[in-house]
Formats: sequence, structure tokens, C-alpha cells
Amino acid sequence: MLTIKVLGSGCANCKRVEQIAHKVVDKMSLEAEIIKVTDYKDIMAYNILSTPGLIINEKVVSTGRIPSEAEITTFITSALETAQRQL
Amino acid sequence: MTTLPIHPPSTSNRQTIFFLAILTIAWFVAYNLIQPLANWISYSALNLPQDSKLGESLAFFLYDIPKILLLLSGMIFIISIIRSFFSPERTRALLGGKREGVANVFAAMLGIVTPFCSCSAVPLFIGFVESGIPLGVTFSFLIAAPTINEVAVIMLFGLFGWKVAGVYVASGLVIAIVAGVVIGRLKMERYVEDFVWQIKSGAGQILDEKLTWNDRIERAWDSVKEIVGKVWLYVIIGIAIGAGIHGYVPESALANIMGKQTWWSVPAAVLLGIPLYANAAGIIPIVSALMEKGASLGTVLAFMMAVVGLSLPEAVILRRVLKLPLLITFFAVIAVAIIFIGYLFNIIL
Repeated sequence: MLTIKVLGSGCANCKRVEQIAHKVVDKMSLEAEIIKVTDYKDIMAYNILSTPGLIINEKVVSTGRIPSEAEITTFITSALETAQRQL
Repeated sequence: MTTLPIHPPSTSNRQTIFFLAILTIAWFVAYNLIQPLANWISYSALNLPQDSKLGESLAFFLYDIPKILLLLSGMIFIISIIRSFFSPERTRALLGGKREGVANVFAAMLGIVTPFCSCSAVPLFIGFVESGIPLGVTFSFLIAAPTINEVAVIMLFGLFGWKVAGVYVASGLVIAIVAGVVIGRLKMERYVEDFVWQIKSGAGQILDEKLTWNDRIERAWDSVKEIVGKVWLYVIIGIAIGAGIHGYVPESALANIMGKQTWWSVPAAVLLGIPLYANAAGIIPIVSALMEKGASLGTVLAFMMAVVGLSLPEAVILRRVLKLPLLITFFAVIAVAIIFIGYLFNIIL
């Protein structure tokens, strides 16, 4: 099970990241939960300084920019590999 | 066990370099062709007389649009490459432990090169303050970053030349440093929203990416597309209006309302600039044309700094972390500093 969090107060860039994440998850036909985190207290818990932030399985993979579809695919693939190894 | 190569084979690097070289040559060729081309279309192809208002306006319009768009693309690419070596996290680390005063200077300069979008103002503010960076230093950064913004500086360079662009950058730095020092002296920590002081950043490690040159180039290219995609329409509208003024408004028509002699022109320009936030790209060409008609440099600079530096949307965002007295002080200190700079240039130039 994959948990993807998009951190940001709801600006245009954050929405874009969320859209791309949804698209990638659909393309890879994965079961994933995509959560929007908009509360600053929760955002700051990830120790980031710029939004949008992208968190996959509680790991910060990108901040302050909109990663491409290909990049998010790579992030997810490596998160899945890590999860596999831990099993 | 075999190890897989981490980076793509070097042919893709060579391809990138080749591609960049071609683009650079194409850029220079295009940049040098637009003036003769604009003149040719206006005066030869359309056969407009050399000194006609319509001909002059059209040549101005046809030359300035490709020039500004080419400058924006080329320079945003270079600036983005430079910025890929900086990040808010690194800036915070660089500012930590520096003496106030010195730190304000560093914060203002880092504000120019650190990638920053105004929607990140809140996490950045919290992250800076919480790591022990003084309030005034944080403000120096938060003032410099949006004010000395790349689109504004490039357009000033393209339409006014490097001197005015340089004066703008220097004034922006001075305002950010002075305003930060003043806010620091006022000891307004209690006007930061209480929840900010209670936040404890997670222990999670800070993302520190190792970027290859290919990554940097790819990201720089993305930001060119993003920024130029956002501003091109404003640029065209602004230059069209500017071209109209250039051709049709009589010389020194504005000397009375926007000239040096008019004492209220600087504060009026600042007030007018506040609501015009989103359109900095469209306003600079108009202002450039106004200056030809007698508006003075101090008034024009004050206007542009107010447009870029005093933004209502940013105030709304910052209200989340600043109580009203501090937010008002923040705005007032910048406004006063901008007005001061405006008068200063009207007097010395």
C-alpha cells in the first residue's frame, strides 16, 4: 500500500502536483492513497521550507517545484522497492 | 555481481551540449535579426513613411516583443541554472549563526538567488524563525526575494538598459536590508502568530538532492517554459500600449504629473503600484514609454518597486503567520523605504 502526500496550502502548483500524482498512480494501476496536507503545522512536521512538497511513504522526495510525470514514476518505483525490501 | 550505471551513458550528455550550442547560436542570430526585420516590415514591406506615427509605433512594437521574449527565455534559463545551486534549505543553513546586520545583508543577497515562490512564504517564514534566524533577517530575505524578481530585472534591462536595472537591484537590496534591520530593532516577535513558536519541525532529514548537469538543464528549461508561458501575454499587451504611447503621446506631456518637480508623484506612484501586483511584466513596457515622455526615474522606480514588492496577495498569505500590527509595520516600512528611494533618485539625477 502506497501513501502519497502533497504538502501545500492549496496554491496552483500544489494542485498540479496532486494531479500528476493521480495520473501516475492510475497509469501504474497502483493502489495508493493520495492525501492533501494543507495545515501548516502538519506541513512543517516534514521539515520543508518550500511548497509544494511531495511525500511518498513518509519520505520527502521533492519540495518547491512540480516534478514531472517521469520523475514521480521513478519516486514511486523506488518507494515500492524499498517497501518490498522491508517485507 | 554487476553494477548498473547510475547515470545515462555520456552520449546523452554530448547530445545535450550539442543541443545547447545550437540553441545559443540560434538565439544570437535571432537577437541580431529582429531590429532590421522590424524596420523592414514597417518601412519597406508595409511602406509606411519613416517619420510617421504609425510606422514608428509599429517598428517599436515589432522590435520590442521578440527582443523581450528572447531576453526573458535566455536569461531565465541562465538564472535558473545558477539557482539550481541554491535552495531555501541551504540559505537557511548559511544564515544560521551570523550576526544581525551582517546576516541582513546576506539574507537580502541570498533572496535574489534562492528559488522562491510567494506561496512558499509561510513555510519559509516558519522554518527560518523556528531555526533561530532573527525576525529582521527573515524579513530581509522575504522582501528581497519577490522584489528583485527575475522577470522585472530582465525587462528593465531590455527596455531601460543595464544602468537602470542595476539601480533597481541595488535599491531593492538596500530596502530589504534596511527594512529588515528596522523590523528587527522594533522587537515585534510577539506579533508573530503564537502557533509559529509552538511548531517543532519534524526530525525528518532535509532533502538534499544531488543534481546532474542534465537535471539542472532540464529544470532550467522547465522554468523558462513556465515563466515565459505565464507572462508572454502581459508582455505583448504592455508593449502594445507602450508602442502607442511612444508614437502618439507628445514629448514631455507627463513632465508635469510624473516629473521631478511634482512632490506628490512618488507617493502617488507607490499607492498606485500596490494593486497592480500580477502585471509587473505588462507594466514595465508602459512605464518605459512614459519615461520618454517626461516621467522621472525616481518616480518610475518607486512605482515598479511598489508593483513588485508591495503585493496584496502576499500580504494575505503572510497574515497566516503575522498578527496585524506586524503585517502593517512590514508593509509600511517597505513603502516608506520605496518612497525614500524614489525621492533620492529624483534629487540626485
